[in-house]
Amino acid sequence: MSIPVLKFDAVIVGAGGAGLRSAIQLSEAGLKTAVLSKVFPTRSHTVAAQGGVAASLGNSEEDHWTWHMYDTVKGSDWLGDQDAIEFMCKKANEVVVELEHYGMPFDRTDNGKIYQRPFGGHMSNFGEKPVRRSCAAADRTGHAMLHAMYQRNVKANTQFFVEWMALDLIRDEEGHVLGVTAMEMETGQVVIFHSRATIFATGGAGRIFYSSTNAFINTGDGLGMAARAGIPLEDMEFWQFHPTGVAGAGVLITEGVRGEGGILRNSSKERFMERYAPNAKDLASRDVVSRAMATEIKEGRGCGVNKDYVLLDITHLDPATIMKRLPGIHEIGIQFAGVDCLKEPLPVVPTCHYQMGGIPTHYSGRVVVPKDGDFNTVVPGFYAGGECACASVHGANRLGTNSLLDLLVFGKSAGDSAVEDLKAGKAHRDLPKDAAEKSLARIAAIDGRKGGANVHETRLAMQRTMQDHAGVFRFGDMLKQGVEKILEVEKAAHQLEIKDKSMAWNTARTEALEMENLIEVAKATMISAEARKESRGAHVRDDAPDTAEFPNGRNDKEWLKHTLFSPVDNSITYKPVNMQPLTVEPVALKTRSY
Amino acid sequence: MERAEYERLRWRCIRRALLELDITLTRFLDNGFEKLTEDEKEVFVELADMEDHELWYWLSGKTECDDPRFAPIVAAIRKS
Repeated sequence: MSIPVLKFDAVIVGAGGAGLRSAIQLSEAGLKTAVLSKVFPTRSHTVAAQGGVAASLGNSEEDHWTWHMYDTVKGSDWLGDQDAIEFMCKKANEVVVELEHYGMPFDRTDNGKIYQRPFGGHMSNFGEKPVRRSCAAADRTGHAMLHAMYQRNVKANTQFFVEWMALDLIRDEEGHVLGVTAMEMETGQVVIFHSRATIFATGGAGRIFYSSTNAFINTGDGLGMAARAGIPLEDMEFWQFHPTGVAGAGVLITEGVRGEGGILRNSSKERFMERYAPNAKDLASRDVVSRAMATEIKEGRGCGVNKDYVLLDITHLDPATIMKRLPGIHEIGIQFAGVDCLKEPLPVVPTCHYQMGGIPTHYSGRVVVPKDGDFNTVVPGFYAGGECACASVHGANRLGTNSLLDLLVFGKSAGDSAVEDLKAGKAHRDLPKDAAEKSLARIAAIDGRKGGANVHETRLAMQRTMQDHAGVFRFGDMLKQGVEKILEVEKAAHQLEIKDKSMAWNTARTEALEMENLIEVAKATMISAEARKESRGAHVRDDAPDTAEFPNGRNDKEWLKHTLFSPVDNSITYKPVNMQPLTVEPVALKTRSY
Repeated sequence: MERAEYERLRWRCIRRALLELDITLTRFLDNGFEKLTEDEKEVFVELADMEDHELWYWLSGKTECDDPRFAPIVAAIRKS
């Protein structure tokens, strides 16, 4: 079967912040650049980012990139690579100012500078006192950012392939990446994008969990493609959670609800936080509240048919206060829980928000894998940036507003590295004869299978397994069972069946292909989490508690290392954390406390 | 509405930038869309083409939908 081949200098998969930022570098360097996206670029999930982007501009008060670096290393619970963190924090001012020049409508001070607001974890003078470092555009920072960068790309003649789904990475026998196969949704046609540089900017995969704040689009397509091409996934056990998302929907309920007097209750209506945090109770820190909720659910005191959520009760508060101080919460209850929160408590559950791990990259944006004892062997022609990549700057936990910074810095860096490599004169390498065969076979199998697994049911089984066994607070026995269960779900995920066999706009087929990506991420997460026998950052285990020897359960002697999950045989290896910054002294290990 | 046209609309409703819209629009497609007249369906297609934040403000009632063409359908989605 003859498959059309489109030739580009660079192909970028994903048109969120990281993809658009790297496309600017490539197109403005005069390289023929294609960007593939499942949706129109300004409908990427970056749009949902509200908080802002961190940069030590010092517009509101004194600030310095070394202070930002300190906060990031501490936030990462020392699992972040300090060379990459220095690179990012130092570059922050440059990428924010560039964005301003692209037309980003940042909030401003009276004298016209970019206004900066405070944000949790942003401190001056190495953890001394809060500093205003976050640059925002009202509550639409991500949205404004995408629009500014999209316009810039249009001007630079970037070619967009909108409503196209990338299917598989193409590698030759020597391991060089030569592009991707992709499917045009409108026709169902599979095409080869033959490129000299391939950049993944596909975002996170938060949809592996039952409760997730991520939009449905976050199916980890880049991670799935990388895994199928034999690239290991790094630090996949680390996922950031919010304590209170609407059970079954994932929509966030602001932590301000507990601040205003909201009370968490279990199935017997008990105010259970009194047992876990007798003083702070429901106002305890985010991790303490999340762990308490997870423990109540695990021990059978959850609510509902599946006993899988707890209740957030504000029925004792004055309705006028709720409507005034917590605008939107009443509507969220009605729309997403079918509950009038003035009269009934809201069902809530710890909810997945951000993926710290991903495709292993150097801070230059080049994808790196272990080979012959070198952990940082470059995969020629392959780059990644943003949430799908692991540089690693977030380590075990991401500092607030560093996600938008990550996609700007590493989107640009991946673009710059690709430009540099391409200017060195690499020609298109020959495509292997079977370049599209794997993708065509996957589609044919899904289309042709009879008596296979239902996509929706398989996805639900995966999401339930991940939520129950690898959620915000983890238990050794549950993780062990979780590994067995997710490997069972994996079998179903490779046996999917769809009823609709049409070529044009076959959303059932697209969702089946997404499911094959999700399961790679779910499996990597579960196996990596089971293997890491300490608590660190967002990975918190019941059997690795806070002791004098191991404060917060963190064990630097054995576990100060990155996980590398190999999708080829489900095995794990570890690589050292880079504790050596580029130009400054390392941030020395200490207990992470706020 | 032809199958392909409907499926394209479906994709544009189930893959939004905001989770709130994914859920709300998927629900409406499953419980309510079929009851619309062909003209109303055309209006819904236009509505689904809006920017996510503006659309969510209307559907959540944060801002009132002041466009008489869209107002009835916004009200119907809010009830679905």
